[in-house]
Amino acid sequence: MTRGGLPFAVAGGAALIAYPWAFTSNYAINVGFLVLFAAYLGQTWNIAGGFAGQTSFGHVVFFGTGAYVSAILHVTYGVNPWLAWPFAALAGAFVGWLVGALSYRAGLKGSYFALITLAFAETGRILANSLPITRGGLGILVQADPRAANFQFRDPIWFYYVALALCGLATFVAWRLTRTRFGARLAAIRENEDAAQALGIDTFREKVKCLTLSGALCAAGGTVYVQKYLYIDPWIAFGVDKSVEMLLVGLIGGAGTVLGPLIGAGVLHLVGEVTRDLGNMLPWVTNAQPLSIIVYGAVLIAIVAWLPDGLMGLFGRRYSGERRA
Amino acid sequence: MLTPEILFAGLINGLMAGGIYVLVAVGLTLIYGVLHIINFAHGSLLMLAMYAVFFLWRKPLGLDPYIALPVVTAGAFAAGYLLYRALIGHFSHGKDENTLLITLGLSIIIDNASLFFFTGDTQTIDVPYAGHMISLGPAFVALPKIVSFVAALIVCLLLGLFMTRSDTGKAIRAVARERQGARLVGIDVERVMAISYGIGIACLGAAACLLMPTFYVSPTSGHAFVLIAFTIVVLGGMGSFKGALFGGLIIGVVESICGLWLGEQLGQIGIPLVFILILLLRPTGLFGAAR
Repeated sequence: MTRGGLPFAVAGGAALIAYPWAFTSNYAINVGFLVLFAAYLGQTWNIAGGFAGQTSFGHVVFFGTGAYVSAILHVTYGVNPWLAWPFAALAGAFVGWLVGALSYRAGLKGSYFALITLAFAETGRILANSLPITRGGLGILVQADPRAANFQFRDPIWFYYVALALCGLATFVAWRLTRTRFGARLAAIRENEDAAQALGIDTFREKVKCLTLSGALCAAGGTVYVQKYLYIDPWIAFGVDKSVEMLLVGLIGGAGTVLGPLIGAGVLHLVGEVTRDLGNMLPWVTNAQPLSIIVYGAVLIAIVAWLPDGLMGLFGRRYSGERRA
Repeated sequence: MLTPEILFAGLINGLMAGGIYVLVAVGLTLIYGVLHIINFAHGSLLMLAMYAVFFLWRKPLGLDPYIALPVVTAGAFAAGYLLYRALIGHFSHGKDENTLLITLGLSIIIDNASLFFFTGDTQTIDVPYAGHMISLGPAFVALPKIVSFVAALIVCLLLGLFMTRSDTGKAIRAVARERQGARLVGIDVERVMAISYGIGIACLGAAACLLMPTFYVSPTSGHAFVLIAFTIVVLGGMGSFKGALFGGLIIGVVESICGLWLGEQLGQIGIPLVFILILLLRPTGLFGAAR
């Protein structure tokens, strides 16, 4: 978003608020939820992976931590999920701080950082799969009791608005990163870490701060997932698929751009749906789901190879915010 | 309780599994050492090779996996060579995160294409010698595991000889050491790189043949091996052959002992923990040069 971007932001926000009134079917509202939720998680990835250049392959470790913390607090200890929510975010912040402090203290960057985040996510999955407190592979089932006081809603429209609010929050955070000194320091680290250090930026501190922030936001999404689907298990919470989805959403739209994840999530879902529908039209296809994921993989390769600035790059610099080198 | 006998059995079984890991990791470390590519598609390509073994074994061919070994290895080499020429070579000269992302995309495509064409069912092959047990001291080990251990080490030895004695091997090492210099003395660097990638994938072909008598294949089989292979390579030192050899055996034993000690579920934590600790404490690994 640039200086002239305010009218766009207001118009876009209004359109997203009005969407469930224009498309009232449960299906349309659920699709809207999925896109916004994916955009939200993608934005939390983007805050670290895009704005600070800390490509993570295991962002799901934060999501899973948040999901499990709020599910355990709620189901095992009877804490109200609204109250458990900030604790989930806090736990995500802690894990973000821990992963960041350890990895950056050891000087890991680039691929090494990507791989260690993957290992942290895998550690989370194995712990969730084997500890009694998480009920192992059975997962945690939340009792259905659809009352707003319980963070459960009978009408899917409310989860749509929860996702929209989160998305708005994360987009606001990302936008602030293009306007604040903290964001500028992260951009300096992304472009040339040695130079940033030479300029007197405490790169370790800034990177840890960034991952803590990203982790807290991502973990907050975990609570929403649990409350919407009333279930969590180790694969949903810590599976590599969700990490990859966050990364795809962030990269396709344009890493390090404010609106990239929204565009990325929208395009990804659209491409996925179209591929599935086309696949289902073929008489010999029984399961078209893998086809859409194959397309995701192809899109990822194409983006990295030919569109390093993502789809936002197509709009030129004016709307893409900070540019990636 | 962990009696010495059980520990010894765990040690032997870990070493046997480690032999296969060595083979998988040697390919990964070779590709890294020469091409500076972190090949995230390694597990997926192994899974594809395992499917190749399965389809060769199935009617009408009915090929025993050990007899299929030269065929699958050669096929894997060709596939790797072509893959490098057609796709990876074009993208391998940029930032290393980019090649990591490209190979991630590749693995997504391979995994889901397998799911699409082969369905998600788990496939196994039946060989008459699968249940044959051999006693090694107090431990009993399935014959195919011993065969795979010995064969994996022989393949590594042959590869080591190839790398030190043959002209192609020398060219590969020259390219790994000094790409520009190798080009100047007339080595066709692109061709050498494609051959290296092909050899790395050929190792997976051999590993697949040795694995299948005691393992299963499904479109997600590769996942288990990705982190294991990366752990070995990081433990041994990125690009180091000796490191892959010792790292593979160590990780095999670590996995087996952790399984005995912490149980089947929690025991899996050994590998990611080793991975994290090595990266944090000694990212150059046991035998790696400084980054």
